[in-house]
Amino acid sequence: MSPKILLESRQLVKRFGGILATDHVDFQLPQGARHALIGPNGAGKTTFVNLLSGVLTPTSGEIFLDGVNVTGWSARRRAHAGMARTFQINQLFADLTPLETLMLTIAERENAGWSWFRPVGSRSDFVDEAMSLLRQLGIEDIAHGRVGVLAYGKQRLLEIAVALAQKPKVLLLDEPAAGVPEHEREQILDVVAALPGDVALILIEHDMHLVFRFAKSISVLVNGGLFVEGTPEEIANDPRVRKVYLGEEEVNV
Amino acid sequence: MLTILLDGIAYGMLLFILAVGLCVTLGLMNFINLAHGAFAMAGGYLTITLMQQAGVPFLVCLPAAFIFAAVLGLLLERTLYRHLYDKTHLDQVLFSIGLVFMAMAMVDYAYGANQQIVNLPEYLTGRINFLGASIGVYRLFVIVICSLLVIGLQLVLTQTRFGSRLRAAVDDGRVARGMGIDVTRIFAITFAVGSGLAGLGGALGTGIISFDPTFPLKYMIYFLIVISVGGTTTITGPFLAAILLGVADVAGKYYVPAVGGFIIYTIMVLVLILRPQGLFARGPAR
Amino acid sequence: MTDMTLSHQPSPEAVKARAVLLGRSRWGIAEIAFWVIAAACYFLLPTKLSLLSEIAILGLLALSIDLVLGYAGIVTLGQGAFFGIGAYAAGLAAKHGAGAGPWSDPLIGLFIGGGFAALIGFLTSFLVLRGSDLTRLMVTLGVALIVDEIVNQAKWLTGGSDGLQGVLPSPVLGIWDFDLFGRTAFIYSMSVLFVLFVIARAIVKSPFGLSLQAIKGNPLRTRAIGMPVNGRLVAIYTIGSFYAGVAGALAAQTTQFASPDYVAFHRSADALLMLVFGGAGHLYGGLLGSIIFRTMQDVLGNITPQYWQFWLGATLVGLVLFVRGGILGLLAGLRDRATRNGGAK
Ligand SMILES: Nc1ncnc2c1ncn2[C@@H]1O[C@H](COP(=O)(O)OP(=O)(O)OP(=O)(O)O)[C@@H](O)[C@H]1O
Ligand SMILES: [Mg+2]
Repeated sequence: MSPKILLESRQLVKRFGGILATDHVDFQLPQGARHALIGPNGAGKTTFVNLLSGVLTPTSGEIFLDGVNVTGWSARRRAHAGMARTFQINQLFADLTPLETLMLTIAERENAGWSWFRPVGSRSDFVDEAMSLLRQLGIEDIAHGRVGVLAYGKQRLLEIAVALAQKPKVLLLDEPAAGVPEHEREQILDVVAALPGDVALILIEHDMHLVFRFAKSISVLVNGGLFVEGTPEEIANDPRVRKVYLGEEEVNV
Repeated sequence: MLTILLDGIAYGMLLFILAVGLCVTLGLMNFINLAHGAFAMAGGYLTITLMQQAGVPFLVCLPAAFIFAAVLGLLLERTLYRHLYDKTHLDQVLFSIGLVFMAMAMVDYAYGANQQIVNLPEYLTGRINFLGASIGVYRLFVIVICSLLVIGLQLVLTQTRFGSRLRAAVDDGRVARGMGIDVTRIFAITFAVGSGLAGLGGALGTGIISFDPTFPLKYMIYFLIVISVGGTTTITGPFLAAILLGVADVAGKYYVPAVGGFIIYTIMVLVLILRPQGLFARGPAR
Repeated sequence: MTDMTLSHQPSPEAVKARAVLLGRSRWGIAEIAFWVIAAACYFLLPTKLSLLSEIAILGLLALSIDLVLGYAGIVTLGQGAFFGIGAYAAGLAAKHGAGAGPWSDPLIGLFIGGGFAALIGFLTSFLVLRGSDLTRLMVTLGVALIVDEIVNQAKWLTGGSDGLQGVLPSPVLGIWDFDLFGRTAFIYSMSVLFVLFVIARAIVKSPFGLSLQAIKGNPLRTRAIGMPVNGRLVAIYTIGSFYAGVAGALAAQTTQFASPDYVAFHRSADALLMLVFGGAGHLYGGLLGSIIFRTMQDVLGNITPQYWQFWLGATLVGLVLFVRGGILGLLAGLRDRATRNGGAK
């Protein structure tokens, strides 16, 4: 029996004026997927993730999360229904600390965000969870510093920690390793690999080594439309893909 | 009835001349200059001083007010304002309110808090019949001058190289920079001309509105209404908005003095909520 | 949730981290000293009690802006509207309820003033949810202008431009009457300020308060982590309106008067200036700002009023250009540098 589909888009379209950024995309993401989404710059990968996560409203088409039509849902509601994402460009809270950022995310997940009389930190289980997440990403030593002044690589790790703190069923990672130094790249991949097996994952990534190490399935997006889908082997050996996307670059699987 | 309409149009045109500089600078630099009215006040008080102290003819005062306010604007832009373009709107607001307070205090100190009145030249006073309605000669004079200015502005914007660069910069500053347009210089010039027009408006206004040191604060609201209703992407938008506001204000004060202001402010809030890009603006909000 | 975080032992790091978090909400020496000195002013400056009550009231108004702007990042130029609404509501309650039993008690008046302001704040909060700083600024200003118009035009209710005369509040709790020297007024305003301050302090240090700072920092991300951003903004705007309304009610009760001046633009601008001068986002900024503002006003305004207004404007300009973050922002910056140097060795 094939695993159930957690996330699905049907004939999804997004136009920006004259640009067709998402072109009738039919896409299915089963439970436990390790799926890579690749494509040249400006192919519409981020736009697709923005549509899925509710940051943008589609021009037409539908989105289903765990079998429920969520097309009209706000980003907030989708988050509560189990969708989390990271951003290609860091979207963090510059004036908060990493620990506070995670405390906030956990509180929101547990519907404790309205709590207004007890100070932050009164829930020791939240602190514990936040600290262990920071440890997992190797940034517990900067738990109390201002996020805004952290090194870029550390911010990138925090970006992922926030998404993990949401304990999502579906996780969309938009170029999590972009601009991160080599040794921290490995760390990011390790963390992603350590996620529970039933979480469905989409990874957008330009680094083919990372893609082929991570992915069990790959989609190639070109000019907003799904160009090819398949296993890493199929994609690596597809001459059309080589032509439009990989160019002449040699690919090691 | 027609008299009120014409009075309103005259007032609206005056408002447009006063506010147009602010609309363009806001659209150009996304900079909110609440002190715009201070330049108008400068023009107004210069006219008052020149006429009362030095006996300078009114018609000479008009260009003098323009030049005075424009130079003042250019000076302040080069020394102070340019440090604020990359700051938050809150900072810009605080800064320009600070300038307003300083301007008000200085005028209050020099001229006192009373309302200033100028004696218009003979040929601009009195009333004539126009299309069957009686209208003040001065109102007609204002309408004519302002119409000429509006046409002139429109020509500059649509027919000259500067105008097309300015429009490009308002549409998308980044793209314009990319095309090699010197947005900073365009802005300085626009700021100066906008301030100058405000000064000219102030000078023209001496015959219609009474000047006292609270002028910049009182008229700030009107400018904001013109902007919010007219949008900042064109100058026809603010023009229509200013005319509408002028007519509504004059008619409101005449027919329903109790709720006139109330209605105008409510419309402003509604427009801001429902059409944040302005009632007469084209295209979606930015 | 399935994992049993409650049952297992927190790690030593987590225990330490929790201590750091909780330490942020502990009362510091400087804070305690501030309030002790504030209370001691009753004995230290017995001739200045009216001025001190006025400072406390302005401080409360500035605090209300701090909640809305300093924490949640909602730029407002119309907080004076809620101040005025609170003042008129409490003033009318005192005027028409005088001698009519418990309704004329000032404490009830506070709730009437604050409650009414909160109601209007709640209703208008939906107008400031969307839009840029600039739209919010104009919308809040517009709302304040509308309130101003109503106050000026509804003469039968508000007394129009003459102000609301004959506000005679009963003794506080039926015991302490408002006296000529402003003793009751001082203790009363100070106590109200302190109680509301403690509540505001709890709010900003709570998860709710933290979420406001997050919204101010990055609304996009707060939505992505499932935060009800609009709900939070409505809540804090309503709370802020309540605080401003209570400040207005205090003003009406202690001066036994309410005038259109209370809702005028300069009221909002002044309060905003006090906050910015003291430093937004620190809770104490507004209080500090109101002390300095009112003292300066007394000193400079006595020379000539124009003098005062000029320096007020110059201060604003200088603040924006040179001292971002106000006094407390400056101090925090110095402290940060000191700790970083200390930690570096
Ligand atoms: N808000 C927007 N308004 C207008 N056009 C947009 C907007 N966002 C994206 N686009 C356009 O849509 C297209 C797809 O952009 P998108 O960011 O989704 O590409 P991408 O595949 O993520 O690229 P990259 O690999 O560089 O991140 C581009 O042509 C881009 O210019
Ligand atoms: Mg992208």
